[in-house]
Amino acid sequence: MEEKKIRVLIAKPGLDGHDRGAKIIARALRDAGMEVIYTGLRQTPEMVVQAALQEDVDVIGLSVLSGAHMSLVPRILDLAKQAKLEDVRIFLGGIIPAEDAKALIKLGVKAVYGPGTSTTQVVEDIQTLFEKA
Amino acid sequence: MPELVQAILQGDRRALARSITLVENDTAQGQQTLDALFPKTGKAHVVGITGASGAGKSSLVNCLVDILIQQDPKLQVAVIAVDPTSPFSGGSVLGDRIRMRAIAENPNVFIRSMASRGALGGLAHNTQAVSLVLDAAGYDFILVETVGAGQSEVEIASLAHSVLVVEAPGLGDDIQAAKAGIMEIADILVLNKADKADVDAAEMALRSMLAMGYPSTKTDGSVWVPPILRTVATDGKGVAEVVNAIQAHAEFLHSTGTWQQRDQTRLRAFLHGLLERKRNQEWQQFIQKEEFKQVLKKIYIHELSPYAAVEQLQSISFLKNSH
Repeated sequence: MEEKKIRVLIAKPGLDGHDRGAKIIARALRDAGMEVIYTGLRQTPEMVVQAALQEDVDVIGLSVLSGAHMSLVPRILDLAKQAKLEDVRIFLGGIIPAEDAKALIKLGVKAVYGPGTSTTQVVEDIQTLFEKA
Repeated sequence: MPELVQAILQGDRRALARSITLVENDTAQGQQTLDALFPKTGKAHVVGITGASGAGKSSLVNCLVDILIQQDPKLQVAVIAVDPTSPFSGGSVLGDRIRMRAIAENPNVFIRSMASRGALGGLAHNTQAVSLVLDAAGYDFILVETVGAGQSEVEIASLAHSVLVVEAPGLGDDIQAAKAGIMEIADILVLNKADKADVDAAEMALRSMLAMGYPSTKTDGSVWVPPILRTVATDGKGVAEVVNAIQAHAEFLHSTGTWQQRDQTRLRAFLHGLLERKRNQEWQQFIQKEEFKQVLKKIYIHELSPYAAVEQLQSISFLKNSH
């Protein structure tokens, strides 16, 4: 019997060592019935995109708290395009100033979540994306 | 030949990942892809890695693959890492990649995480099918890491050519080692975390267990006696010896003609599994029916025993011939 699950890669690119937020999101998505591939800390953009490709995920969730989002995220978007992962939706969470968020959304990031975002909102946003499809 | 199949055979990793999803999800397209790929399968050596959760399976896989690739840079190695699915939400957190940093970026390595999706034997229902897709794609070694296994998750024995059971000090005494189940399926016993205090006692327990299983060890090479190898997977200590043992076991299987036997066991188990699931689906459809509900009612009021109910249901042509 056919069974489709939403697959999400949760990755922490860059050098900050705080993965509590990423783990909370991973757990919330699990509890919503999704399959979450968790890659752990200190991922290079290349590792993130390779993992997304091999795992054939529908969504990449990035967590960046280091302030390096303006160099890491465009690089990941670029590599994803090169790997022909255009249909993979990229979400970003962390400490992202509003103007950076605007710029990254322009570059192709689907949504940016700041501190205080409820896990329910993230879950619903992802579910809505795939209900339409 | 469908486009997807052609792309896989040409080494397109995106196409490979896509088709694994199709197979994993039990789609018709996935089945057709596997049908087309099946004649190309039968070359890969499948290595199963099982053991309790926290014994160090993922770290060991990371080291094993790293050494295999260093020894032969032309080698293509795939990893299927299975983690459990929540029985409540149906979701899962697949975290085996965390430990596989050393190999994550190697272009000759393909790592795929799989959720068990309700299967209980330590693998997912479609792990075997996914391994066949990777086999057809040209991977020489396929390492299959099971969910953290307790005592009876032994399904890996009917999927792998070589089975590694990973133990760690402090997990149990010699009676645990003497029990039936997971210890019996080992071709290679890996005693990981060998830098821990209780390692000598743990090795002794494993040795006494082996000595009972292989009382008159023949030295003419006609019997494979599982070696016990100490490792510290987090810093790579002893892992080269495990790679040697896997290669020695593969050679043993080929030189004694048992490789083919194992391969046939694998394929037979695959066929059995498919038939069982098909029958199970038919059964799921049947329990929606009125006859079934009637019989159930009689059981609820303790009028009809469940055994007698099975007889009665069979006569309504359910189990005997569902077509």
